[in-house]
Amino acid sequence: MTIVLGIETSCDETGVGIVRMPDSGVPELLANEIASSVEEHARFGGVVPEVASRAHLQAMVPAVHRALTTAGLTGRDVDAVAVTAGPGLAGALLVGVAAAKAYAAAWDVPLYGVNHLAAHVAVDTVQHGPLPPALALLVSGGHSSILAVPDLAGPVTPLGSTIDDAAGEAFDKVARLLGLPFPGGPWIDKAAREGDRNAIRFPRGLTGPRDAKHDFSFSGLKTAVARYVESLDGDVPVADVAASFQEAVTDVLTLKAVRAAQEFGMDTVLLGGGVAANSRLREMAEERCTAAGLTLRVPRPGLCTDNGAMVAALGAHLVHTGAQPSDLGIPANSSMPVTDVLV
Amino acid sequence: MLVLALDTSTPAVTAGLVRDGVTVAERVETDARKHGELLMPAVQAVCAEAGVALRELDAVVVGAGPGPFTGLRVGMVTAAALGDALGIPVHGVCSLDAIAAAVVADGPLTGNLLVVTDARRREVYWAAYEAEGARLSGPTVESPDALRERLPGLRLVAAAGTMADGFGLPVHEATPSPAGLVAVAPLHSAPGPLEPLYLRRPDAVPPGERKRVAR
Repeated sequence: MTIVLGIETSCDETGVGIVRMPDSGVPELLANEIASSVEEHARFGGVVPEVASRAHLQAMVPAVHRALTTAGLTGRDVDAVAVTAGPGLAGALLVGVAAAKAYAAAWDVPLYGVNHLAAHVAVDTVQHGPLPPALALLVSGGHSSILAVPDLAGPVTPLGSTIDDAAGEAFDKVARLLGLPFPGGPWIDKAAREGDRNAIRFPRGLTGPRDAKHDFSFSGLKTAVARYVESLDGDVPVADVAASFQEAVTDVLTLKAVRAAQEFGMDTVLLGGGVAANSRLREMAEERCTAAGLTLRVPRPGLCTDNGAMVAALGAHLVHTGAQPSDLGIPANSSMPVTDVLV
Repeated sequence: MLVLALDTSTPAVTAGLVRDGVTVAERVETDARKHGELLMPAVQAVCAEAGVALRELDAVVVGAGPGPFTGLRVGMVTAAALGDALGIPVHGVCSLDAIAAAVVADGPLTGNLLVVTDARRREVYWAAYEAEGARLSGPTVESPDALRERLPGLRLVAAAGTMADGFGLPVHEATPSPAGLVAVAPLHSAPGPLEPLYLRRPDAVPPGERKRVAR
């Protein structure tokens, strides 16, 4: 039995999670505390790295305290510290990595510097148990990736990713165009419920026969929405635009995820990242996976957005499989490749 | 009293152990882009050299800047986390004060001292001190030219810090030392909140009107 504390600071959420890893190898969630600086970024229309980094410094120690209190533990109970070493915002990652090293050294326990994307996959095991080999679709404000994950603690194979904007970024930009607040995802989702998703046929990026099969592009879609809105000269049908835009994004995401799962012989599709909280994406992924005979796994929204529990969960799997801990000289790596699960 | 002193407010990554005011082990490595990689191994190295475990520490003192933000935060969060995990107080001190304290400890000055470090963007962080080390002015961030205009009024006899050259003054100590950091820390009072001395706001501006995509 191992207690792992996980720290996540790759973007604008300071997350500290704690999991208990029994000998069975299925981690159990004990705490998942999050301090978000999202409101400080709202007026800038996007995450400002320096604002996020300052907030991490202020929030770090209190978040660790809250997590330990929630779990009913003290620092002496922690057996390992895991931290997101990358990818993410360099200055933001550095706060979490430095804190994790200090906690690991002071508690005299091993440190595991882990990959943020692999952690998004691993977190599902605290809710749904052991994960068979899976095709992961990770979509957030910073990432849009299709990954083959044969084994949680082993190497991940990147199959495709966005060539321009991340899906969540497209939601933010379209929300701004429609006069909706930041972050755009939840607002588009809400507005879309009142709209007709077939009202406007927006383009589906990279779905032509000669396009990169597993890559995404959302920049053209964003421009198409902007052109459409401008063509109206006021009086924008916000609900219809939101629904039609959301339909275009989820159509491409789910089509490519299902196709990749079939091509690589995976029976399970895992959906993760902040955009996985989108209700239409969850609904369409479920429909298409069922139709294709695939099992869909989606962690609950609080585990999809960035959090410390996912880092603790991946750390716990690494401890369980006997992975070599990281040394205290590891860097924060803003462009850490997804093939590296652990530094 | 055994104190761990850390500073990452300049390109130097400094860690030292100070027992009752005397430095027993010290590491200073200079790489402005590797504060995160160098600091904890330096802490471990000084502990190993002095033969002490982290749990034997009585307090942590950390330079709170001013200094380039990303590096500065490494020292700050490391100190905060160590203090929290070990259950010991963490004192944040002005890094320029620590430089001044070390200069004054070397021997009395005949007048005031200027401490200047690199704020990047063609600006400097500076503060001025009396001969005994009490701060007269600052910390401030501005251009070297703006600082030069103030020099006549400051009655200076020496300068210290990483940007001390070029002000026509004899130059002393460049970076905050463990002994200097500990000397300026109020070790016998309860520590105040640990606040970095950024001296600048994040340079982000809210977006203006969106540009049209079609002409």
